[in-house]
Amino acid sequence: MTHGYNFAYLDEQTKRMIRRALLKAVAIPGHQIPFGGREMPLPYGWGTGGIQLTAAVLGASDVLKVIDQGADDTTNAVSIRRFFARTAGVATTTVTTQATVIQTRHRIPETPLRDGQIMVYQVPLPEPLAKLEPSRAEAARMHALAEYGLMQVKLYEDVTRYGHVSISYDYPVLANHRYLMSPSPIPAFDNPKLHMSPALQLFGAGREKRLYALPPWTEVRSLDFDDHPFRATRAPQVCGLCGAADSYLDEVVIDDRGSRLFVCSDTDYCAGRQEAGHGG
Amino acid sequence: MSLDLPGFADPVADAQATFRSVLDALAHPGRIAAAGTALAAPPSLHPATAAVLLTLADGDTPLWLPPAFAAARDWLAFHCGVPFVATPAAAAFALADDLPAFDQFGSGSDVAPEDSTTLILQVAALGTGAAWRLSGPGLRTPETLAVTGLPDDFAARWASNHALYPRGIDLLLCCGRTLAALPRSVSVQEG
Repeated sequence: MTHGYNFAYLDEQTKRMIRRALLKAVAIPGHQIPFGGREMPLPYGWGTGGIQLTAAVLGASDVLKVIDQGADDTTNAVSIRRFFARTAGVATTTVTTQATVIQTRHRIPETPLRDGQIMVYQVPLPEPLAKLEPSRAEAARMHALAEYGLMQVKLYEDVTRYGHVSISYDYPVLANHRYLMSPSPIPAFDNPKLHMSPALQLFGAGREKRLYALPPWTEVRSLDFDDHPFRATRAPQVCGLCGAADSYLDEVVIDDRGSRLFVCSDTDYCAGRQEAGHGG
Repeated sequence: MSLDLPGFADPVADAQATFRSVLDALAHPGRIAAAGTALAAPPSLHPATAAVLLTLADGDTPLWLPPAFAAARDWLAFHCGVPFVATPAAAAFALADDLPAFDQFGSGSDVAPEDSTTLILQVAALGTGAAWRLSGPGLRTPETLAVTGLPDDFAARWASNHALYPRGIDLLLCCGRTLAALPRSVSVQEG
């Protein structure tokens, strides 16, 4: 008991409800399961879904890392990390390899994950068909029938119009050959890391009150066509700080004359490379 | 009188640890995890079974309890507050010592396959006995789980459950202070 709250903020009955839903989610990879999302002491859009999932899985011996667009030091990451340090008393870290639970907003760390780690994604829109089919009931029926032609048509229209699929983030995937799934708004660059990941991946949407999961070693295929295969793209530059040519880059404006710098979005990966002597 | 037995010594931490064992077991089918390590279980329940129910069952989860578990009924009512149901199809959790027919349990609907029964089966041994070859999500390569206490025709019976995917039941195998899990997504061969 910390400061008048239950361990990790949520009451035990709420945790039980989320835990039961998580177990079903693991058994049905990619299928969205409704849960009784609670009011959290921060607004929707700040990761209330992810926080509730983290609160349900977190134990005293866990080491928590929180990233926001890859960075450990942005407002969202800092406040969520402090929230759990305060309400659960857990150890926190910024080092990917030391973390047992990683709550993330819209990135997957560059450092490969390992067995035993749990990724918790913050999801704004869990329904991949939402922009194509406004009726939630109809979208649920399409999932039930595995009727995903509408999404293939959307990708096809992109190809005819632009010559390629023009989705750069939240690129739809098929989980375990069955469910169309939103990977949350991670860049399409990160999609291949979802496939056969050794880590357990949990997805929580607070406003929409849905959760879903990918067990470790699950096949996750980004939708594509035989003659237009999925390609993970990144900016062609190298990181201006660590020289990495394989990481996902953010473009930052560095002065009032429009000078720009490309840097790793994953701050832990970038710092680790700089410590190892790499430079931009 | 089973009511004299306490539940978890530390309800918050013990429930969390048990949940992580079940989560780990379901995410890695066939992996044997510890549960109920320090728990005194009521008669007819293995400590792992008792720990799983203390962790996951409450007033929202109807439980199907065959007569063989009558001695645990009061303990479950008191510590979990579960309602007991007579029809297996209406149960969120079901307990058994011998593998019951799967088709009597709820297998969910096409729209909501999660509305299905989770069967908790108590077996004589985990890690020794007849070997079953598992493959599917959670397994990089097929793995073998040895169980004493599953019927010889288990692979065929599981296949009929797996064929319903994404509907179907999930199976937790409990033995003593250990458990393993077979989510509906996994396929089982004799091996």
